[in-house]
Amino acid sequence: MSAPGATGLSISCASCHECGRLCRLPHGGHSADFETLCSRCGSGLHYRKPYSLQRTWAFVIAAAICYVPANLFPVMTVISLGDADSETILSGAIYLLTNGMWPLALIVFVASICVPIAKIISLVTLLISVHRRSSWRPADRTRLYRATEAIGRWSMVDIYVDTILVALVSLGNLATIEAGTGAVFFGAVVVLTMFAAESFDPRLIWDNCGAES
Amino acid sequence: MQRLGDVPEGATARCPRCGGLLRKNPRNGLERALALAYSAAILFVVANSFPFLSFEMKGEETQTTLATGIIDMYNQGKWEISLLVAFTIVIAPVAQIAILIYLLTPIRLGRVPYGLPFAFRVLRHMLPWSMMEVFMIGILVAIPKLMGMASVIPGIALFAFVLLMLVLAGANAAFDPESVWQRHEAAK
Repeated sequence: MSAPGATGLSISCASCHECGRLCRLPHGGHSADFETLCSRCGSGLHYRKPYSLQRTWAFVIAAAICYVPANLFPVMTVISLGDADSETILSGAIYLLTNGMWPLALIVFVASICVPIAKIISLVTLLISVHRRSSWRPADRTRLYRATEAIGRWSMVDIYVDTILVALVSLGNLATIEAGTGAVFFGAVVVLTMFAAESFDPRLIWDNCGAES
Repeated sequence: MQRLGDVPEGATARCPRCGGLLRKNPRNGLERALALAYSAAILFVVANSFPFLSFEMKGEETQTTLATGIIDMYNQGKWEISLLVAFTIVIAPVAQIAILIYLLTPIRLGRVPYGLPFAFRVLRHMLPWSMMEVFMIGILVAIPKLMGMASVIPGIALFAFVLLMLVLAGANAAFDPESVWQRHEAAK
């Protein structure tokens, strides 16, 4: 049921970003002052997401910058009977590990440390591969993109843990937990990497792979 | 380019080149999505109006609802986090539930809702930010962390929240955007 070798681009058709309808794009697609609209939902049509690479680079670089203070500054401070004890993301995971809660330490380690790094690295890899017009294993690179898109949200775990602890432990002098600057930067990393993944257009991976399979 | 025939009920169509999902056709998708969206609306009210978790230490007790964390974060000057949490566990899920109901109720009754493309666009952009299942993991990590200090007592809202998470995931799985778009197109 397929037309082998034909892509939307080669027959001047594009599917709408919003509703998925396949529309004909005359006049060679989008330009700054003229936009073709989807016949079904009325949103702008493009062959590929506009400025996909530039936008993705911008978000990835911003995320990488925020990643540093996110790990250096404390995410929370526990104040108990006058003693203040600050905790960073890594020391929080280590605290769980040394207190015998290794499954939780594993969750925190994977969600807060591995996932953000993995996202930044895989997006940079995808961006470079598109810039170099690589035709290397496009199906696997597409899978990498989908995985990157899917795991991003799980980094929010640390933000939620902070919020719950702040809400529960507010007993004045007895015990209080305050959120730290690190948490703000960490939230920024999560949001920026999610925007980065959303900006990237996986069809760019296939544009340099010819028509075969 | 792929030409798709009718996708049989309960099946999915995938791209032969990259394996991406092209079309799904869940069994009784419309009815199931609508029923689950209404259940989600009720559970959401329960989850937000009853105590969520209580914390007891040396005779002093704090009771929290879902909103407490958002308010406390704001009061501590961390409005960025407050906003992020409010958006991902209150605003985005509410928008998701409300839009599902708004779109599917008239369609079930054979009408096409006013402003469908706009509602759809909001829904599509809200979905990635509705993170209740992630919040659940956050609770699982946070509670044992406090066990050493004091006792944590789960409230009714916590159970409602667990159900809400499952129901909303079910509503999403049963919802087939393409069938709604086709009705919109047919009505034009």
